[in-house]
Amino acid sequence: MGSSIGAKPSSDFKPLDKILKSMPKAGKGELIPLLQAIQNAYGYLPKDILAEMSRRTGIEPSTIYGVATFYEQFYLEPHGRHTVKCCRGTACHVKGSSRIIRTLQQNLGVEPGGTTEDMEFTFETVACLGACALAPVMVVDGTYYGKMTYRKVDTVLNSYRQASKENA
Amino acid sequence: MSEITVTINERRLTGRPGQTILELAADNGIDIPNLCHDPRLTPTGACRLCLVEVEGQRAPVTACTFGIADGMVVRTETEEIRRLRKTVLELLFYEHRGVCTTCNEHGHCSLAKYAYEYQLDDGIFQAGRAGDRDENCMTGNEAIGYDVDKCIRCGRCIKICEEVQMDAALTFKGRAAAVEVSTFFDIPLNESTCELCGQCISTCPTGALYERKAEGKGQRKDLTRTRTTCPYCGVGCQIDLNVNTHTGEIVRVTSPVGVVPNNGNLCVKGKFAMDFVADTRRLTTPLIKRSGKFQQATWEEAIELIAGRLREIKANHGPDSIAGLSSAKCTNEDNYVFQKFIRAAVGTNNVDHCARLCHASTVAGLARAFGSGAMTNSIAEIRNAGCIFVIGSNTTEAHPVMALDIKQAVAKNRAQLLVADPREIDLARFAKLYVAQKPGTDVALINAMMNVIIAEDLHDKKFINRRTENFDALAEVVKDFTPEKAEAITTIPAEKIRQAARIYANAASASIVYSMGITQHTTGTDNVLSLANLAMLTGNIGAESTGVNPLRGQNNVQGACDLGALPNVYPGYQSVEDENIRAKFEEAWSAELPQNKGLTVIEMLHAVETGDIKALYIMGENPALSDPNLNRTRKALEAVDFLVVQDIFLSETAQYADVVLPATCFAEKNGTFTNTERRVQRVRRAVAPPGQAREDWRIISEIATQMGYPMAYDSAGEILDEIASVSPIYGGISFKRIDAVGLQWPCPDKNHPGTKFLHKDKFTRGKGKFHPVEFKDPAELTSGKYPFVLSTGRLLYQFHTGTMTRKCSAINQVSPAGFVEIHTEDAASLGIEDGQKVEVATKRGKVTTLAKVTDNIGKGWIFMPFHFQEGPANMLTIDELDPTAKIPEYKVCAAAVRKISSAD
Ligand code: SF4
Ligand code: SF4
Ligand code: SF4
Ligand code: FES
Ligand code: FES
Repeated sequence: MGSSIGAKPSSDFKPLDKILKSMPKAGKGELIPLLQAIQNAYGYLPKDILAEMSRRTGIEPSTIYGVATFYEQFYLEPHGRHTVKCCRGTACHVKGSSRIIRTLQQNLGVEPGGTTEDMEFTFETVACLGACALAPVMVVDGTYYGKMTYRKVDTVLNSYRQASKENA
Repeated sequence: MSEITVTINERRLTGRPGQTILELAADNGIDIPNLCHDPRLTPTGACRLCLVEVEGQRAPVTACTFGIADGMVVRTETEEIRRLRKTVLELLFYEHRGVCTTCNEHGHCSLAKYAYEYQLDDGIFQAGRAGDRDENCMTGNEAIGYDVDKCIRCGRCIKICEEVQMDAALTFKGRAAAVEVSTFFDIPLNESTCELCGQCISTCPTGALYERKAEGKGQRKDLTRTRTTCPYCGVGCQIDLNVNTHTGEIVRVTSPVGVVPNNGNLCVKGKFAMDFVADTRRLTTPLIKRSGKFQQATWEEAIELIAGRLREIKANHGPDSIAGLSSAKCTNEDNYVFQKFIRAAVGTNNVDHCARLCHASTVAGLARAFGSGAMTNSIAEIRNAGCIFVIGSNTTEAHPVMALDIKQAVAKNRAQLLVADPREIDLARFAKLYVAQKPGTDVALINAMMNVIIAEDLHDKKFINRRTENFDALAEVVKDFTPEKAEAITTIPAEKIRQAARIYANAASASIVYSMGITQHTTGTDNVLSLANLAMLTGNIGAESTGVNPLRGQNNVQGACDLGALPNVYPGYQSVEDENIRAKFEEAWSAELPQNKGLTVIEMLHAVETGDIKALYIMGENPALSDPNLNRTRKALEAVDFLVVQDIFLSETAQYADVVLPATCFAEKNGTFTNTERRVQRVRRAVAPPGQAREDWRIISEIATQMGYPMAYDSAGEILDEIASVSPIYGGISFKRIDAVGLQWPCPDKNHPGTKFLHKDKFTRGKGKFHPVEFKDPAELTSGKYPFVLSTGRLLYQFHTGTMTRKCSAINQVSPAGFVEIHTEDAASLGIEDGQKVEVATKRGKVTTLAKVTDNIGKGWIFMPFHFQEGPANMLTIDELDPTAKIPEYKVCAAAVRKISSAD
């Protein structure tokens, strides 16, 4: 089905082979770049891939886990290529964020906290994004969409889908 | 420049370079509060409680990381410092949400201690428990519990697991306030690399990590601690039994940092496997078998019966028709009294014990080469060895705390570790070179190493000339034993043999560590002699951090040998066949003593078959599971006319007995054990014995007396004094002298400091003697019908026949059943999958067990632990003996494996 299918089934060691070949002497000092590469390849940090990485590099599994849970950038659960966060804080709520959230739910077909089947989006809601002046606010991978309306939801999401297709 | 002067709190002190302020202060009795410091670990400076003022420094520094310098002026208790520390403590209590009133660790917890010392406000406790983070990687673990609400994130548990135990099972997970201790992906602790040593608990400054069993059994402050010696392996770790005096229960086991030989470290057995002491299945009254059934009896009845029957058998068939098995689990005092009873009261030298089955070849081999059959050097010396050659010892599993020293030597002191073992054991991870010899081919490997050493002129000619004899004969035998020839026998590539030889010979000091992989062969004595040859060839004996070091299996197997529970020697390895010595003992014991040496363990059992042995007295041994070729052994136990078993449980062997006597276990008696490094250490009574159980030496004394040979002692100390008077190597040893730290024999007189390593200027026998050894095949070779080489051995979590360890729930959780290890490819070709039921068979029997499919064992070789009574490995083993030492070949026999289909 081609590469539009997101995360590889995690027992596929080939991407890991490639990463380790490109970083032949990787050890504890290179742990963060290693984890970043694995996340790029798999979409998140699968347990059995990290266990295999530990076996091959000699980095202790516990150390790997410690680092992976310390940095916010790493995901230990399957995670979409893009993270969509919609604010449900007081200011945003007053300005109609619940409608936006409902629309997102419909468009993506997942509940808050879920990831779309094609691994394109992970959908989260947050208490306050700290940008109340722009309420209601939605963020995709760090890009803020202020004064958002539910009508714009499809357009914004489609632009990311389009970009993924072009990259593929 | 090796002394540094520092002033702390106006006191002038001298320290060593490299010391921290905290270490110097501690050495001088100045207490600096600390929470993240443990002398076993590299300092982190994480808790910031040890802040002190150093003149010339702008801000306070952490004493645990700050190195001392000449002329430094330090103040540890200024008002400002105390104020800062109080703030640090208050901040810690934001994270610590347990309360001391209900905490098991109250009385040990450093945080509570400082809270009191710094008079923190009661408000610190108001944060309350979070309560929502109760599930963690230790939930449900029977050994260790973790309460995140009491964790102050000092990191000590993680560090000790990484730096001391070198398992790196633990990590901090998450960030900021949500940090907690966990495993890789929070997997249950028993599925991680954890070995359940409990070192993490021992270093935890609060009640966050704790012994699961101790929950609710009494707060630490209310427990009494009795220092004694671990009852499991020969390392002889010093442990404190923490007893709740109201319930009389052992609540937990601890060990303080600083004790010899284990420095506060323990393994899973010493730390957790004490359930057996209070197990309800302990024997509590004598039992007499009447028409096939055991019935409770009084001590008077039992003793009368035993004394009467033994007298009768002696009168009808002579004293040599009686034999006794003493015990490597019992104290030196028990063993001394037992062999004295057999020799003086019964009148035979038929006394032996299970050392026959583990290190008889060590005693025989090293006595011939050096004149003394024990570990030549000390455990602590390993840390400074340039090279450590571990052969036939799975140290991590069988002598776990000793393995810590080996790992330290590699990690901290860059020792070069050589590992030779048919299985890729844990230590191989740390090895400079690991080689896998085919089971039973050790002589070939060692001969080839010596061939290389001589050919490349790496031998120590000066040492050979001055200290040894018979070198030419050795050179002659190994001359043709090239690495290529050895490769054909051992399967180790010749180049690796060369490398091993060079690493060993070139090291500034090299220490050989071995165990039953060497001794349990029909060529066991040859194997030991070979190692002795190798050490002498390179001058690696008689000096610090060198030597030939057999690791003894049981807690007191060294002592049982020392005290003469052997058929050929009196206490102190004094020959029974030497007239002068015999005369000395006849006088000391006021009895006429037999002149011929007696039978060994396996010979005794075989002599039952021929009718030569009519009665067996077995104290604390379990041949019905531990001896080779069990079918034959059990038949002998069944057949013998009269069998007495004295034990703490109704063991497999006791089932066969006519009379069973209840004995006290180590926690209920006083006495001494001698560890593998010849250190005589105290055993102390911590709890009351169950029911009518009595000390072994008391029972034996009463039977002897009843038989007409009066024996009466008031205490174990009195027996030790008698031992000192007849056995020169124990001559200077008494309870008083070993109260704090044990002494290493030889210790001939009251002022002798004990002996750290043997053969310093002179071998016990004068000159060290080379014994050239030719390679011989094992007794049983593989065949078409039995194509696998079967070795048996030990597991970390179990001990001997499991009588003690298998009573422990924490152990049962992690090691519930036996197995057979088989190589992945062999398993595949037999259609066997990991965890599947298989049958293992040899000419002597067959058993059912589970397959453990692994790459850590060679193709064509299989391995089974011997601890399990269901599927006992010793149904399969062969009872062929080493001709000199009479040790059976547990490590090699020919076996077949097959999958059990559901139809079976
Ligand atoms: S018990 Fe030992 S191995 Fe297990 S986590 Fe604690 S320190 Fe590590
Ligand atoms: S569990 Fe104990 S040793 Fe480990 S970080 Fe917490 S307080 Fe420190
Ligand atoms: S290493 Fe041996 S002596 Fe030490 S605790 Fe473990 S079993 Fe006991
Ligand atoms: S409430 Fe939405 S950004 Fe603050
Ligand atoms: S003991 Fe020094 S910082 Fe913790």
